[in-house]
Amino acid sequence: MNNSLIINIARSLLLARWRQTLIAAIGVTFSITMFITLLSFMAGLNKLLDGLILNRTPHIRLFNEVQPNSLQPINESKEYKTSYNFISSIKSGGSRQEIYNSGAIMNALKKDSRVLGYSPKLTAQVFFNDGAIDITGIVNGIDVLEESRLFHFKDYITEGSATDISKVSNSIILGKGLAEKLLADIGDVLQLTTAKGEQFSLKVVGYFQSGVQDFDKVQSYASVSTVQKLLGKPGNYITDIQIRLKDMAMAPSMAKEFETKFEADAEDIQTANAQFETGSSIRTLISYAVGITLLIVAGFGIYNILNMMIYEKMDSIAILKATGFSGNDVKRIFIFIALSIGLFGGILGLFFGFGLSSVIDQIPFKTASLPTIKTYPVDYNPAFYLIGIIFSLITTSFAGWFPARKASKVDPVEIIRGK
Amino acid sequence: MTELILQAKHIYKSFHDPIKVQVLTDINFSVSKGEFVSVTGKSGCGKSTLLYILSTMDTDYEGELLIDNILMTGKKEAMLARVRNEKIGFVFQFHYLLNEFSVLKNVMLPGLKLNKFSAAEVEHRAMEKLKMLDIEKLALKNANLISGGEKQRVAIARALINDPHIIMGDEPTGNLDKKNSDKVFEIFNRLTNEFNQTLLIVTHDQSFAERTHRIIEMEDGKVISN
Ligand SMILES: Nc1ncnc2c1ncn2[C@@H]1O[C@H](COP(=O)(O)OP(=O)(O)OP(=O)(O)O)[C@@H](O)[C@H]1O
Ligand SMILES: [Mg+2]
Repeated sequence: MNNSLIINIARSLLLARWRQTLIAAIGVTFSITMFITLLSFMAGLNKLLDGLILNRTPHIRLFNEVQPNSLQPINESKEYKTSYNFISSIKSGGSRQEIYNSGAIMNALKKDSRVLGYSPKLTAQVFFNDGAIDITGIVNGIDVLEESRLFHFKDYITEGSATDISKVSNSIILGKGLAEKLLADIGDVLQLTTAKGEQFSLKVVGYFQSGVQDFDKVQSYASVSTVQKLLGKPGNYITDIQIRLKDMAMAPSMAKEFETKFEADAEDIQTANAQFETGSSIRTLISYAVGITLLIVAGFGIYNILNMMIYEKMDSIAILKATGFSGNDVKRIFIFIALSIGLFGGILGLFFGFGLSSVIDQIPFKTASLPTIKTYPVDYNPAFYLIGIIFSLITTSFAGWFPARKASKVDPVEIIRGK
Repeated sequence: MTELILQAKHIYKSFHDPIKVQVLTDINFSVSKGEFVSVTGKSGCGKSTLLYILSTMDTDYEGELLIDNILMTGKKEAMLARVRNEKIGFVFQFHYLLNEFSVLKNVMLPGLKLNKFSAAEVEHRAMEKLKMLDIEKLALKNANLISGGEKQRVAIARALINDPHIIMGDEPTGNLDKKNSDKVFEIFNRLTNEFNQTLLIVTHDQSFAERTHRIIEMEDGKVISN
């Protein structure tokens, strides 16, 4: 009831003291600006760092671990069943790296609705022959299309074309560091020797830069069939199946399920990269803490200015009450003043925050290890803006509440008599 | 049969700070519609204290207060605010206008608060009151840029805006020179004669009091003649 009158009076009181009001609003604007900028920048950074690992890491990896058999013959023997057997120097025997029945597993994965996709992989240890010396390296056999779709393989190709390894037969993409060691240009033909001593020649069709220097010094990529040829294995020989799920959180439970279902080892991303989650959440926590601290400081500013205003306006409050405004009306006037400072300052802060984030987004940020990044990363998440404006309204209404209550309790008799 | 606007029944008031001081003792009187009543007495005898009680702003007293035959004693703050808005007009010694607003807006505020008429209508009525008091030229001036006598007339216009049952004044002429206080008296007189307005005015000014319909004289917190 009678809201427009309350707003009208609040506005007049505000405008009569517009300088103080402006300073209070600037305090809010400043803190919201910093809040938005900080969060956008931190989230951008988080995404970048997580992306370094998460984008490239399969949610579940199926493989066969080369390890000693846990069922040693002596333990199986009836004679020694009851005794405690000490065995030393166990060696891994006959087990193979190959995933058995890979074709059937891939078919099962294709039908699984929880799976976004998978890509098969196998690796070969080779020696690149560079004149008199041999350089050790690893050739990964991949399905380029799936690898790009699921693990952003294409993003890391700095020169040449990723799809060429599937189109050009006997072709290879070299890690940037490896290519530098070999002085190999695109189009050159490389000689390499496999672990079994066979010689092959592969054509260089591109460079690859992952962001991890040591990785780029030894790794290279070729098609699955090329690597199968290097190893002298048939067309169904696969050592790894990399799976990407629709929901990453399901990885640990599904890894267990696949382990028994496919009789292979399965490793989930959470186990493989446990430290990343922690890093991101701590960075986020710090940015929220700083942002909220700024807002609380701004809240105290508003509190002070409103308190001052109420002392100055004692006479006005008394006369409003004498002429029929209730304590509640007076409270609403001052809360409205606080909220409009919060809203005005907050909205301005959102714009400045957006502006400042855009500026940061333009600052060049080049590092050899991150070839796809040209400027500082910024995440323009609308949620930050929503949180920013809600926080500014909450702090200002808290800051306004106490002075407003004080104003509502002003006893007009005391003021009028005191004159 | 005269209509009773205000009734005070056995009103007692004491302050407890720092020791108990009895300020009002057994105040009994009533004011009928159209009466112009003045309250006089020595300084410190409790006139202002009584007026704050009668105006519903001070609720810390014993006894009963009826306005328009409705009991005010013990009512809620919001309810009393509404009564002040609707039924009581105030004029203080120190004009008490809101400096943030124009003269016209000052007069309009209680009317807007009452919310009985539209804003345009309230403005029209406010202009009429200003015209009646011969200060319509000041309407758009800022309230802190006019003289003391003018301020007091604006305060009277504001008191009139909701056609209150009664106008109360605490020494409304106390701060004015002879010429201005005569003007204010003339206005009050006209209000009772022409509009049958009820008035209850506390004053020190003996000549002012003598020209009213009835004088309530107080001494040491008691009514000594009525
Ligand atoms: N808040 C208070 N605490 C204690 N005593 C008070 C308080 N307010 C007023 N008094 C006392 O109450 C008595 C009456 O005061 P009041 O203001 O009603 O007198 P008054 O008749 O209006 O005087 P004046 O003509 O000077 O205005 C005085 O003795 C005063 O000292
Ligand atoms: Mg007095």
